[in-house]
Amino acid sequence: MKEITKDLLKEISEWNGEFKGAYNIREDGACVGRVSSKNIRIESKKDQPGLEIFIAANTKGETVSIPACVTHGDVDDLVYNDFYVGENADVIIVAGCGIHTETGEPARHNGIHRFILGKNSKVKYLEKHIGTGHGTGLRSIDPVTEAELDENAVLEMDTAQIGGVDRTTRNTSAKLGAGAKLLIRERILTEKEQTAKTEFRVELNGKDSGVDLISRSVARDHSHQGYHSVIIGNAPCTGHSECDAIISENGKVDAAPELHARDNDAALIHEAAIGKIAGEQILKLRTLGLTEEEAEATIIDGFLS
Amino acid sequence: MLRLENISWSTPDGVGVLKNLNLTIPDGKLVVITGPNGGGKTTLAKIIAGIYRQDSGKIYLDNQDITDIDITERAKMGISFAFQQPVRFKGITVQKLMELAAGKKLERDVLCDILSKVGLCAGEYVDREVNATLSGGEIKRIEIATVLARHTKLTVFDEPEAGIDLWSFTNLIHTFEEMRQKIDGTIMIISHQERILRIADEIAVVADGKIASSGPAEEMMEKLAQNSGMMGRCSKQEALF
Repeated sequence: MKEITKDLLKEISEWNGEFKGAYNIREDGACVGRVSSKNIRIESKKDQPGLEIFIAANTKGETVSIPACVTHGDVDDLVYNDFYVGENADVIIVAGCGIHTETGEPARHNGIHRFILGKNSKVKYLEKHIGTGHGTGLRSIDPVTEAELDENAVLEMDTAQIGGVDRTTRNTSAKLGAGAKLLIRERILTEKEQTAKTEFRVELNGKDSGVDLISRSVARDHSHQGYHSVIIGNAPCTGHSECDAIISENGKVDAAPELHARDNDAALIHEAAIGKIAGEQILKLRTLGLTEEEAEATIIDGFLS
Repeated sequence: MLRLENISWSTPDGVGVLKNLNLTIPDGKLVVITGPNGGGKTTLAKIIAGIYRQDSGKIYLDNQDITDIDITERAKMGISFAFQQPVRFKGITVQKLMELAAGKKLERDVLCDILSKVGLCAGEYVDREVNATLSGGEIKRIEIATVLARHTKLTVFDEPEAGIDLWSFTNLIHTFEEMRQKIDGTIMIISHQERILRIADEIAVVADGKIASSGPAEEMMEKLAQNSGMMGRCSKQEALF
């Protein structure tokens, strides 16, 4: 494993020389480390690049990590990872991607993740994306996430892209069965000339299914972000989407939450707020002794925490 | 000691709010500034904190001219300001805000001490975000707690009673009484409430942009009770008596 990969792993996952539990490390499109556990089996796909991860029913408290790193320009990595989560399992999945380039050539990672959650299973999915290096080549990460949640399954997604990625298009879609819950918390920071586009499509198909989608973004300098969410209530269900964005300098944000109620007992709410940092927030922190710059950084750190 | 000399301030459209106001706040005292709405009390408090910049006049803290010193530096010099309408922050927890106020990490027992002074249980609040999920009373108490955490030489409270319920108000009075008993700084409170006036060492009435009257609390309470003219100018008279 390259030193750059080690540095990226520290940033995108809690890697401190080793992983706890099952893992697969992908470096420039190749596997550089894999360990399965008794309950979590990781296998290479036979028909396309990527993995099949089988989590046995009733597995509790285990973690599986599948980070991907691109360490130089002129790499266009495409990977398909499928997760099969057995009934009643309760696990943590740590994904994440780091892209590093020191040249003018582009580097891209496109991870397509599919989650099949069995009845009553519970997954916490952590995903962190970063871009590093001084190269002028574009760093792109374009994740696609598709989830199917069976009865009473719970998927909690915590995703963050805090700087360094020049282009990103995120596509997340999910179909929920009866009693299933999807909680999404997304944070995106763009700077300079970066762009980020995020799309969500959630179909609430089962009785008492629910989604809570919270996206917080900060667009600085000349960066541009777009948010589009579609929540479709096909059954008695609850749906909530919230897109909060802070814009500074010449940052631009477009937000378009969509709700579609297809059942009389579908209760759907959306909120979207875009604006610069409130002057009163800066003033309050200055009265505590922070400079204007420190206040702004504190507000943004908190907002994206 | 804080000294304001000939402070004037007008709104951006030219309406005079403070008109050559002079005021001295002695060390180690609890001073309550009262008076009718629109008389300039909050403006005065914001000028002391540096949030507003006076059009003319001078401000001295311990005989040092702080007229041209900004909010951040005044805060570092020991001026704290509790906002009448507290600000909310998405993503910043109560603990983080208290630590920003204190300028250091705070152990749970210290947080517990400070928050209990404003009637909040640390266990329930430290991890909560200072956002719209907090009620008006809760956010007000947290605002007051942030200035208590700073423990500075001059603390200015702008209408601390505004927006809090009666139960919280009683606790708030106890907090001020406690601060007064073991006073190691100066407390200035903008208030209309009789119960706050009653715990003051000194009272100043601000009306029409000037100090209409000021003096020791006992004397001033009598004046306020007897002088119907002065009381007549207090729009929240019912709150006073």
